[in-house]
Amino acid sequence: MPVISVKNIDFGYGSTSVLENISFDVERGDYIALVGHNGSGKTTLIKILLGLEKCRQGSVKIFGEEINKFDHWDKIGYLPQVTSSFNPLFPATAEEVASLGLLSKKRYPKRLNKNDKAATKKALAMFGVENLKDRLVSELSGGQQQRVFLARAMVSGPEILILDEPSTGLDPQARDSFFEIIKKVNQDKKTTVIFITHDVGNVGKYANKILFLDRQLIFYGKLSEFCESGEMTGHFGEFSQHLICHQHHEHHQHESKE
Amino acid sequence: MDLLHFLSFSFIQRAYIAGGFIAILCAVLGLFLVLRKLSLIGDGLSHVSFGAIALGLFFGFYPFYVAVPLVLLSSFLILKLTEKAKIYGDAAIGIFSSVGIAGGVILASLSRGFNVDLFSYLFGNILAISAGEVIFSIILSVVVLIVIWFFYNDLFSVTFDESYAKATGIKTGAVNAVLISLTAVTVVLAIKVVGIMLVSALLIMPAVAALQISKGFKSAMFISALFAVISVLVGITVSFFLNIPAGGAVVMVNAFILLLSFIFKRRS
Repeated sequence: MPVISVKNIDFGYGSTSVLENISFDVERGDYIALVGHNGSGKTTLIKILLGLEKCRQGSVKIFGEEINKFDHWDKIGYLPQVTSSFNPLFPATAEEVASLGLLSKKRYPKRLNKNDKAATKKALAMFGVENLKDRLVSELSGGQQQRVFLARAMVSGPEILILDEPSTGLDPQARDSFFEIIKKVNQDKKTTVIFITHDVGNVGKYANKILFLDRQLIFYGKLSEFCESGEMTGHFGEFSQHLICHQHHEHHQHESKE
Repeated sequence: MDLLHFLSFSFIQRAYIAGGFIAILCAVLGLFLVLRKLSLIGDGLSHVSFGAIALGLFFGFYPFYVAVPLVLLSSFLILKLTEKAKIYGDAAIGIFSSVGIAGGVILASLSRGFNVDLFSYLFGNILAISAGEVIFSIILSVVVLIVIWFFYNDLFSVTFDESYAKATGIKTGAVNAVLISLTAVTVVLAIKVVGIMLVSALLIMPAVAALQISKGFKSAMFISALFAVISVLVGITVSFFLNIPAGGAVVMVNAFILLLSFIFKRRS
C-alpha cells in the first residue's frame, strides 16, 4: 500500500487554477525531490498533503485513509521554510521548539512527561544541537535553527518527512551536512522523504525519485527514468538534466564503492 | 498615615486582591497577544465594552453582566470577520471599536442621567471595588488561568508558528477562538482596575517589558505577571497617597518598569 496516494486533484483560488489533475503514489522509503518553477504549485501540493489546504476535487489518502479523516499527524514530520515560518520575537528555547513535534500525539492538557523530554533530547542530539537546547531559537544561526526544526519534525518518529526548501539560507557545507543527515534517516529508518528544492545539485545527489510540477504533473518517476527521458531535456534544459544525472551517477558509484 | 494603617482599610485590601488577580491574568494573556501581534484587540474590545456598559446602565442592569456576553460575542465576530470576509484583523478591530464607542455615546446622550457613571468606567476606580466584585474577579481570573493552563501547549505552538501548528493537527481556529474569548473576559475585568481608556496598557506593557529581559517563554510569563502585580500594587498605593486616579497611576508605574527594562536590556 502506498504511504501517500493522490488521485486526480485540482486546486485553485477563485478562477485561478493552481493544480490540475495531479495523480501519484508515494511508496515507503521513497526520497522524492519536488521540483518546478516559481508558481508551479509545489508548496500548494505540500500544503494539501499536510491538510492545510483542501483540494477542489480528487482524493488524497495518507496510509490508506482519506486526508479529512486522517488524524495520526505524529506520523508526518514537517519542516517549513525557516525564513517564512516562525515568530522571531518569540522567546522559545531550542528544547521547547523541538518538543512541539510531540503535541499531535498528546491528549489534553497535552503535558510533556520525562519520556517526552528524553525523546526531545535524543532528537536534538541526532542533529548535533543538544548543546543548544537552552538557547533561544531566535539567537541561533540559520543552520542551527534548521537543525532544531528538523529535530522538531523528527521527534515523534515520523514515517513521512516533508521538507519545504530545506536548504534555503544554508551555506554549501551546512547544506551538504543537512542532506546527509536526511539521507541517513531515509536509509536507516526507511522514512519516506519529500523535499521541495530549487537547487538541482541536491536532486541527483540525494533523491531516488523526482516529481516535476508545472501546475500539472510533468514527470514523476525514478531518477534513472528521468535521465533517459528526452522529453525532460526539453522541459528542464540540457544543462540541468545533465547536472542532476551526473551527480546521481557519481553519488551512486560512490555509495557502491563504500 | 503609616503603612499599616493604610493596609488596614478594607477598600485597599479589596483593591490589592482584585487588582493582583486581574494583573496576573492580563500579564499572562497579554504575552500571547503581543507575540501574536494582537495587542490592539484589548483596545478594540474595551471600546466595545464602553457601548455594552452604556447599554447596561441605560436599561438599569449591572453593567458587567451586559458587558461580558456582548464583548465575548464581539470578539467572536471580529475573529469570524477576519477569517471569512478576509478582512485584516486591525480593520475588523477598528470597525467594532468604532461601533462600540458610537453606541455608547448615543445611549449616553439619550439617557441624560448616567453620564457620571459612564465616566467612572472610562478611567476605572479600583478603590471603589465592592466585595462582590472582588469575588467575581477572583473566580473569573482563576477560570481564565485554568483555561490557559489547559491549552498552554497549543497556545504556545500556535503563537510560535501557526502554520506548523496546523500541520501537526492542532485545531488552530479553536485555539484562536479560546484566546480571543479569554481576552474578552479579561478586558471586561480589567476595566475595573484601569478603565476603558487604559485597559490595553495592562495587557501590553508588562508583556513587552518582560520580553526585553526574559530568556525563555515561561520566564517571560513569570516576569510579566510579576511586573503587572507590582505596577498594580504600587499604582494603587501611590494613587492613594498622592490623591491621583488609580488607573493612571498603574499605567505610569508600568511605563516606568518598561523604561527600566529597556535600559537593562541595553546594558546587558
